Amino acid sequence: MPTITFVSPDGTTHRVAAAPGASAMETAVKFGVPGIVGECGGGLACATCHVFVDPDQIGRTGPAADFEEEMLEDAETAPTPCSRLACQIRMTPDLDGLTLTIAPRQ
Amino acid sequence: MTGQILIAGAGEAGLAAAITLRELGYPGTVTLVGAEPEGPYQRPPLSKEFLTAATPPAIPELRAAQFYAEHRIDLVRGTGVRTATWTRTGGVAGLGDGRELPFDAMVLATGSVPLPLPVPGAGLPGIHRLRTLADAHALRDQLEHATRVVVVGGGFIGLEVAAAARTKGASVTVVEAADRLLARVVAEPVSRFVREHHAAAGIRFLLHTRVTGLVAADSAAGGPRVGSVVLATPTGEVRLAADLVVVGVGARPVTELAAHLGVTDERGIVVDAHARTADPRVVAAGDCTVQPHPRDPDRLIRLESVHNATEQGRQAAHSLLGKPHPPRGVPYFWSNQGELKLQIAGLSDDHDDLVVRTDADRCTVLYYRSGALIAADSVNHPRDHLTVKRALASAATIDPARAADPAAPLKTLVTPLR
Repeated sequence: MPTITFVSPDGTTHRVAAAPGASAMETAVKFGVPGIVGECGGGLACATCHVFVDPDQIGRTGPAADFEEEMLEDAETAPTPCSRLACQIRMTPDLDGLTLTIAPRQ
Repeated sequence: MTGQILIAGAGEAGLAAAITLRELGYPGTVTLVGAEPEGPYQRPPLSKEFLTAATPPAIPELRAAQFYAEHRIDLVRGTGVRTATWTRTGGVAGLGDGRELPFDAMVLATGSVPLPLPVPGAGLPGIHRLRTLADAHALRDQLEHATRVVVVGGGFIGLEVAAAARTKGASVTVVEAADRLLARVVAEPVSRFVREHHAAAGIRFLLHTRVTGLVAADSAAGGPRVGSVVLATPTGEVRLAADLVVVGVGARPVTELAAHLGVTDERGIVVDAHARTADPRVVAAGDCTVQPHPRDPDRLIRLESVHNATEQGRQAAHSLLGKPHPPRGVPYFWSNQGELKLQIAGLSDDHDDLVVRTDADRCTVLYYRSGALIAADSVNHPRDHLTVKRALASAATIDPARAADPAAPLKTLVTPLR
């Protein structure tokens, strides 16, 4: 199972294993990783699972798609080119070892 | 004091209450009882990607098994709370499997069930409703083979299922009794935009049309099965062939357990803004409740949404423990129907004015009351949705005179309410 390392704004890390096909948001919420709210459950409706993909890994996840990008523009923490909504990152085996830094305000 | 809090219903509301009790440091027993065989899971995907994914998706669990152990939440699955009575020493709940559980406070999070179609033939095989994971699996299987799908009800569930069925290649007709889609939840321009979008994808709509009966197919192999839908149209009775019928005509709150505790009436379980019933030992959250309208507290409303369920669940936990309540957020709703994303921020039911912003690809309707912004419906327009949500959360408004120009970014028009 692909593993994800979530980095909290305070620097603490949480390493969790994702079920194949689950989103990074679902995985964080399932294991109670603090800072990922995921209020809407993945409906692209709330922008409360904002993460920054490790810049070296953004090529693997790809950047935010149109609708997601618009949601990010109005997220509580200002987006960067590495911003994604974790609910839109589907965990496949090739994403094993992904590092996601959780945005400080959701 | 170490106590025992029993949560009846393991959906979003019940789970939120359980987690919040632990976050607030409650030291007693927390038991979360759900009638379904699965632990808490997400319902929204069931009417969307769950139906269209090539392989059956995994259960969209809300929390991992270890989470419940770590938070000392006793999860009881596969049996509901059927009865509850108060004795001199506390409450006793009777579970469906015959077990009895003592409690000293109860969270009612019993949810809602889809309404049946009150017409002859509604029990025939091939007629589906959608609420649970089991419902979704059954519908998914049927969609593999269905060629003529009739969806009864042009609300969120109906349109989501219609879009999914169309994606699977079936011929799809939506029958709606009102003269427009989503009539209870969005303004007319949004109804029209949504209908035109789906019609372009090949979905047929029969508005202002009631279903009066469902009839079995003449010679179905393997026993009787729905074959046609009888419709009363403005111009007379019509029969529509169907090999799969999906009914999405609303849901009723589940209040049987609440009735044992004397905290319900015919509208639902009556709670205040903090999820409190008239009995201080009983709180209630989610689809099973009616609560005061935030602008008109004398009026009780049902808010059927994930956001409300989790928010009320948190309020309920604070109420039981006597902690100061967190502020309530802006209500919001969403519906993903194929390529169409509908987002609603705020409550629009008491508006006295509206402003429409629309172009070919997207549409937003802003609602006003006494000149102040109160809500917005947006289709494929996440920027507008989040701008309105944020404006409402911070007591701001948007100049209605300038908002009608779809080229003007809403964000630049937000001003504090005077």
